[in-house]
Amino acid sequence: MENILKIEKVEKYYGSRSSLTKAIDNISFEVDKGEFVAIMGASGSGKTTLLNCISTIDRVTSGHIYVDGEDITKLKGNALNKFRREELGFIFQDFNLLDTLTAYENIALALSIQNVDVKEIVKRVEKVAKELDIKDVLKKYPYQMSGGQKQRVASARAIITDPKLVLADEPTGALDSKSAKMLLERLEYLNSQLQATILMVTHDAFTASYATRVIFIKDGKIFNELHKGCDTRKEFFDKIIDVVTLLGGDLNDAL
Amino acid sequence: MMLFKLSLKNIIRSIKDYAIYFFTLILGVAIFYIFNAIESQTVMMNVSSSTYEIIDLMNSMLSGVSVFVAFVLGFLIIYTNRFLMKRRNKEFGIYLTLGMSKRKISLILFFETLIVGCISLAVGLVLGTLLSQFMSLFVANMFEAKMTEFEFVFSSSACMKTLIYFSVMYLLVMIFNTYNVSRCKLIDLLNASRKSEKVKLKNPWLCVLVFVLSVCALGYAYYCVTGGATELQTADKILIPIALGILSTFFIFWSLSGLLLKLFMSRKKVYYKGLNSFTLRQFSSKINTTVFSMTIICIMLFFTICVLSSAISIRNSMTSNLTSMVPADIQLDKKLDLPADSRYSEEIIEDSKISVRETLDRLGFDTNRYFKDIVEFDLYASNDILVRDTLGDAYQTLADQFPYLDYDMAETFMRVSDYNKLANLYHLEPITLEDGEYVVVADFDSWINIRNQSLKKGTSITINGITLTPKYEECVNGFVYMTSSHINTGIFVVPDDVALYLPREEGILVANYQATTDEEKQMVEDMIIATGNSPYAPNTDIEASTRLSLYESSIGLGAMITFIGLYLGIVFLIASAAVLALKELSESTDNKERFQMLRKIGTDEAMLNRALFRQIGIFFLFPLLLAIIHSIFGIKFCTYLLETFGNEELLLSIVVTAGIIVFIYGGYFLITYFCSKNIIKEK
Repeated sequence: MENILKIEKVEKYYGSRSSLTKAIDNISFEVDKGEFVAIMGASGSGKTTLLNCISTIDRVTSGHIYVDGEDITKLKGNALNKFRREELGFIFQDFNLLDTLTAYENIALALSIQNVDVKEIVKRVEKVAKELDIKDVLKKYPYQMSGGQKQRVASARAIITDPKLVLADEPTGALDSKSAKMLLERLEYLNSQLQATILMVTHDAFTASYATRVIFIKDGKIFNELHKGCDTRKEFFDKIIDVVTLLGGDLNDAL
Repeated sequence: MMLFKLSLKNIIRSIKDYAIYFFTLILGVAIFYIFNAIESQTVMMNVSSSTYEIIDLMNSMLSGVSVFVAFVLGFLIIYTNRFLMKRRNKEFGIYLTLGMSKRKISLILFFETLIVGCISLAVGLVLGTLLSQFMSLFVANMFEAKMTEFEFVFSSSACMKTLIYFSVMYLLVMIFNTYNVSRCKLIDLLNASRKSEKVKLKNPWLCVLVFVLSVCALGYAYYCVTGGATELQTADKILIPIALGILSTFFIFWSLSGLLLKLFMSRKKVYYKGLNSFTLRQFSSKINTTVFSMTIICIMLFFTICVLSSAISIRNSMTSNLTSMVPADIQLDKKLDLPADSRYSEEIIEDSKISVRETLDRLGFDTNRYFKDIVEFDLYASNDILVRDTLGDAYQTLADQFPYLDYDMAETFMRVSDYNKLANLYHLEPITLEDGEYVVVADFDSWINIRNQSLKKGTSITINGITLTPKYEECVNGFVYMTSSHINTGIFVVPDDVALYLPREEGILVANYQATTDEEKQMVEDMIIATGNSPYAPNTDIEASTRLSLYESSIGLGAMITFIGLYLGIVFLIASAAVLALKELSESTDNKERFQMLRKIGTDEAMLNRALFRQIGIFFLFPLLLAIIHSIFGIKFCTYLLETFGNEELLLSIVVTAGIIVFIYGGYFLITYFCSKNIIKEK
């Protein structure tokens, strides 16, 4: 399979020479097209730092990150913005929807900043709204929506540009379990039916169990990796729990 | 000392946030100084004594206006300060949780205000002193004083006054801050940034309705002050268009936000292009909450534009009008044939029996030697012919229409041959009258309208059994008395023999000086003034209006209005621009998150900056645009009221006004934009 994301010996240090913190310590892995990868780890394990580096919000100290063969650690200025809006889709824990815009406008914004033609925008928003089951909230403002609806609108915004890679940072973090489940099912659908490549950061085993592969990070290093293969979601969940137990108490606490 | 250091660091750290505050304070101090320093500058000038009187009046008016200006600036400073305090709520919250007492926080604020106050006063005074040097040239020019040499003037009294007024303002700010800190609750401080505002959209059809209604109301208000201005005979009637104007301004802003959004949303091609949807929503969500302040700013800008453009042109137009309105060097007049039982002394009653020329003779003034082009004539009036009589049938309707006018005044009459002699000197059109005809000469617009109504009906008047009918259906434009404005309410020109049946009212002598140069004319003028010291002077109440004195007082009056107008106009402009700038900056703090979000989904910096520029631009432009539309009609009304503007004058003053507005308002706009850019850039 074609690989979309290739992370090569990435390191990220914080602090000065005298007191160095290695947030990411020599991590390498690859994500293939059509994969749904979850990165798990306790808080402070470096998972969010890794995601920030991939999303170009933060810079790596050393190493390379290739998205579809392009080394994004070399990008600067507007090329970075261009990369972000054309190649990536974001889903944030706190939704990051603009409170002044309706759901429809929030979703359309991702396309309009790429100067996509209006007819195309209308067509694509309708399509994505159907896929994420948010057709009836399109006219609403964020404050009129539930958390789950907001997150699905944010997901719609993330995938409407047909990004090579969708990055999700604790997407279920602010949702109740029912909304979380609904969202994850939608992400699963996007992944299996539309071949969207998704990279998700979470500390929640249940959330991770919807992925096809889970990478565990501890102290900035890859600790373990699990493939779903032919397991059912329940079996996969149990396997994840096993690794979590192995990882130690700190992640358990977060459950 | 620790606290002082903390204050100093706070200021240095937040210098960018303080930029607008500093800018406003410095400008306020400088302007306050400049206008109060005019007094010291005028002392140096070489002008005549009557100009000095006007200058004295102007200086006392300027210091009176200064008190008002101080109030405006005081409110402005407290408002700006409140904005800065709001931004720092969280910081105070942290101090409080760390266990710092409220008294200490107040002390920090005290030091901060002290530092900011001292710096702004120092910089503002230096700036003011420099700028006031240019002002002194302007002052001298306005009063047509001869500047022998350029002198650097520093007015210590203006400096002291500025220091005192602004110290009081800063003291008020300190008290206000202390009060605020003592009242605040920790929980509110820490949660201050978490408040989110609900965006409510209005019903677009309601918006359309409200918009159409307010545009109609505004149109009517415009009509009232331009086309229908002649109907506005009493002061209270002007309140209607003013109230309509303010209300419709408010509702236009209210409805336009919803309407524009609706319009742009229906044009999907524009709406979904780049950040247009974001910008428009930003704008509409804010206009919902700030319609009120936009209205106030629009009205203030309107006021500023009208005051500035009228003030700048009034002096020049006042003097330029004088050429036609004061066509002779001198006019002397005195009452004739005063009744014996009046409150006048016997000598004056005696004097009222002789002609003006004879009185001058007795005063020891040689008329033939110093005067030329002499025209001497009498005016006649009788208590038998009052205004109500000459209005004839039109009287009833007019009395209903303008109930406040005095219809019991005796009308004034003049012989046609006298009028034609005067008209020759004044360069007016001569009048030819057949027997049994009369003509009304007037130049006061509203009175011309009134009289025309009766002339159209051919109202006849009867003098000693002789009936006269109007020759024309309207008044003839002209005047008899030399004044600096068009105030001739109407003089009846009648055939020579008819006038003689009426009692004499006033004797008038109009003449030019037997002189060519300005110095010689001044000499003749001085001699006339000197007659006031002659032994005969107490025996007469003869009055003189001279070209020189009319010019001087009109120059002085014009200059005075110009200075007061400039002062008020600029202060209002600064106040409205500063309020707008701070409003916008406080929004930018909220917008920071939104722009951060847009950045995260990959919007170009250039696109973000453009959106920010548009957002602030619209916000600044909107009130200005409406204010400009208001001003077109406002200035027209001022023109009508003052009856003094020529078109050239108006053009010049509008250009200067536009320059001042572009400089100050545009300056505030740019500073706001750059400060906002900095705010949204912060990580």
